[in-house]
Amino acid sequence: MAFLEITGLRKRFGALEILKGIDLTLDRGGFLVLVGPSGCGKSTLLSTIAGLETISEGTISIAGEVVNDRHPSKRDIAMVFQSYALYPNMSVAQNIAFGLEMRGVPKPERDKAVAEVAKMLQIEHLLNRKPGQLSGGQRQRVAMGRALVRNPRVFLFDEPLSNLDAKLRVDMRTEIKRLHQKTGATIVYVTHDQIEAMTLATKIAVLKDGELQQVGTPSEIYNRPANLFVADFMGSPAMNLISAKVVNGGNSKGLSLSRHGGEPIVLPLSGALGVIAGQEGREVILGVRPEAITDPDGADRGATAVEMLNCFVDVVEPAGADTYVVTTLGGKEVVARMRADASIQPGQTTPFAFNLDKAVLFDPSTGQRL
Amino acid sequence: MSAVAASSGPAGSSITTKVVIYGLLALFAVFYLLPLFVMVITSFKTLDEIREGNMLALPHNPTVEPWLAAWGSACVGLTCAGIKGYFWNSISMVVPAVAISTLLGALNGYVLTKWRFPGHKWVFGLMLFACFIPFQTVLIPMARILGLIGLADSIPGLVLVHVVYGLGFTTLFFRNYYEAFPNELIRAAQMDGASFFQIFRRILLPSSGPIIVVTVIFQFTNVWNDFLFGASFTSGANAPMTVALNNLVNTSTGVREYNVHMAAAMIAALPTLIVYVLAGRYFVRGLMAGAVKG
Repeated sequence: MAFLEITGLRKRFGALEILKGIDLTLDRGGFLVLVGPSGCGKSTLLSTIAGLETISEGTISIAGEVVNDRHPSKRDIAMVFQSYALYPNMSVAQNIAFGLEMRGVPKPERDKAVAEVAKMLQIEHLLNRKPGQLSGGQRQRVAMGRALVRNPRVFLFDEPLSNLDAKLRVDMRTEIKRLHQKTGATIVYVTHDQIEAMTLATKIAVLKDGELQQVGTPSEIYNRPANLFVADFMGSPAMNLISAKVVNGGNSKGLSLSRHGGEPIVLPLSGALGVIAGQEGREVILGVRPEAITDPDGADRGATAVEMLNCFVDVVEPAGADTYVVTTLGGKEVVARMRADASIQPGQTTPFAFNLDKAVLFDPSTGQRL
Repeated sequence: MSAVAASSGPAGSSITTKVVIYGLLALFAVFYLLPLFVMVITSFKTLDEIREGNMLALPHNPTVEPWLAAWGSACVGLTCAGIKGYFWNSISMVVPAVAISTLLGALNGYVLTKWRFPGHKWVFGLMLFACFIPFQTVLIPMARILGLIGLADSIPGLVLVHVVYGLGFTTLFFRNYYEAFPNELIRAAQMDGASFFQIFRRILLPSSGPIIVVTVIFQFTNVWNDFLFGASFTSGANAPMTVALNNLVNTSTGVREYNVHMAAAMIAALPTLIVYVLAGRYFVRGLMAGAVKG
């Protein structure tokens, strides 16, 4: 039985249904990231786990106990808030110790616990300061300290990094990951940043409009997205989603992608495209990650089905480590990720290597992966 | 040349503007300060000097006799023990009235913003409505209630009246202040296991300094200066300061001791002044700094 188990959870505000039947499980020591666009219900879901919001239907259980009607403080859960929510009138040490104080832990034990946590987070020198005297990153650490000190069964993080600047965000991300590895804590983490989701999670749940789109490991979500929404949402730059048609006419046999001002490109039904062999005339959407379209020298040598096709280069965007090359296929811009030193000029026609092992196909009407 | 003109033009006109602004400000300051000035110097003059008739002249031989008389021996009605008894009446009315109405206002504000219940808008609307009820309308019902609960003609009765009447205002102040107080702090405290009153006392109240000061100044001034309730619900030795001052000035036997009247009026006005000066210093901004992202 899973450590944290959510079954059939629904949340309604009046007639408006925010969460439409969520089923999720998380093992002890797991790191579950809830990801989705704003308004998808991920923060509400977190609040229901915390007990700050009541639920309309379903159950939430922790370690086998149903906690539906338990007060937030009785669930043995700690939460790190988006705004940190540090008590402005208390020092850092008092902030961290407040939860213990409310639970009646005696002062000497509290002090010891605060000292331990402060040491782990390297905020010992800040213990006597007020939150107002701290920088964003320091406040973030204090907020985590306040959660850690109670040693709860589950940690909840509500977009904890969204108020930090870009560089600090990357540092704190690593810090959270390290903390998770060190303490083996069970964590549920909400973010709208898919990179955070990919780097931190052992399990990702993608939400949209209060419904789970897909639950899986980061690599499952990234490589085998369940539908067009997940494919488009996860990954940066986003997955190329190209309208295509299965053709079988003479020498052009395979998956045909239209190309402006020229013959359509036809990809053979090898690699992952094998599933639609023999379905002539079927419209599909081909999904290819930018890194699966490269220059011929940069192609994955381990791949079994790499297709070279000449494409017209619209735009070249050097990005330091890589160069993104934009071409147009199936009426849409398609981004390819090439080596930084690949000599490619806009306006030229050059061979692109398509790694068809990594391609995915979607049904255009249902949006589901084939 | 044109550059010089352009740069000297605005500078010259700004001097004119400043002269006009400060001149007007000085004029208004004099206008408002003059009565106070006359009161203060008159209170230090002897009666003979007042009869000479020059109101604005400084006292020739300043004396504190009128102040002592006003405090301890002036006649209010038929008793000649000064206003000191009434002064303590006012103090024992204003302190509990302000403390209780401020505390209840804070509690109301806390509930109306952080523990919302169905119909909370209606409750707040009705409390707001209480701010606009004229004093006169409540006189008779209030007198009836004070009589029924046995608090007529007493200081506790006045305290009750002022608490009830002040609640609308104090609730309004605190509700609007707590409206901007981050809900996440309350949620964090809930998860930390703090109870309803612990959250109020440990988290909310310590962050309410500015609004407490505002409310205390407002309530203190209103309650201290109130005449109507004092005159309606108390009499004789139970009257507050304002009523006694009126009686002192209107006592019609003997000579009119203007110097004593002025001194008594000054004594009556001093506490509110002191509250402004002392509490104003605690109008510290930025108490909330650092609570949330910054």
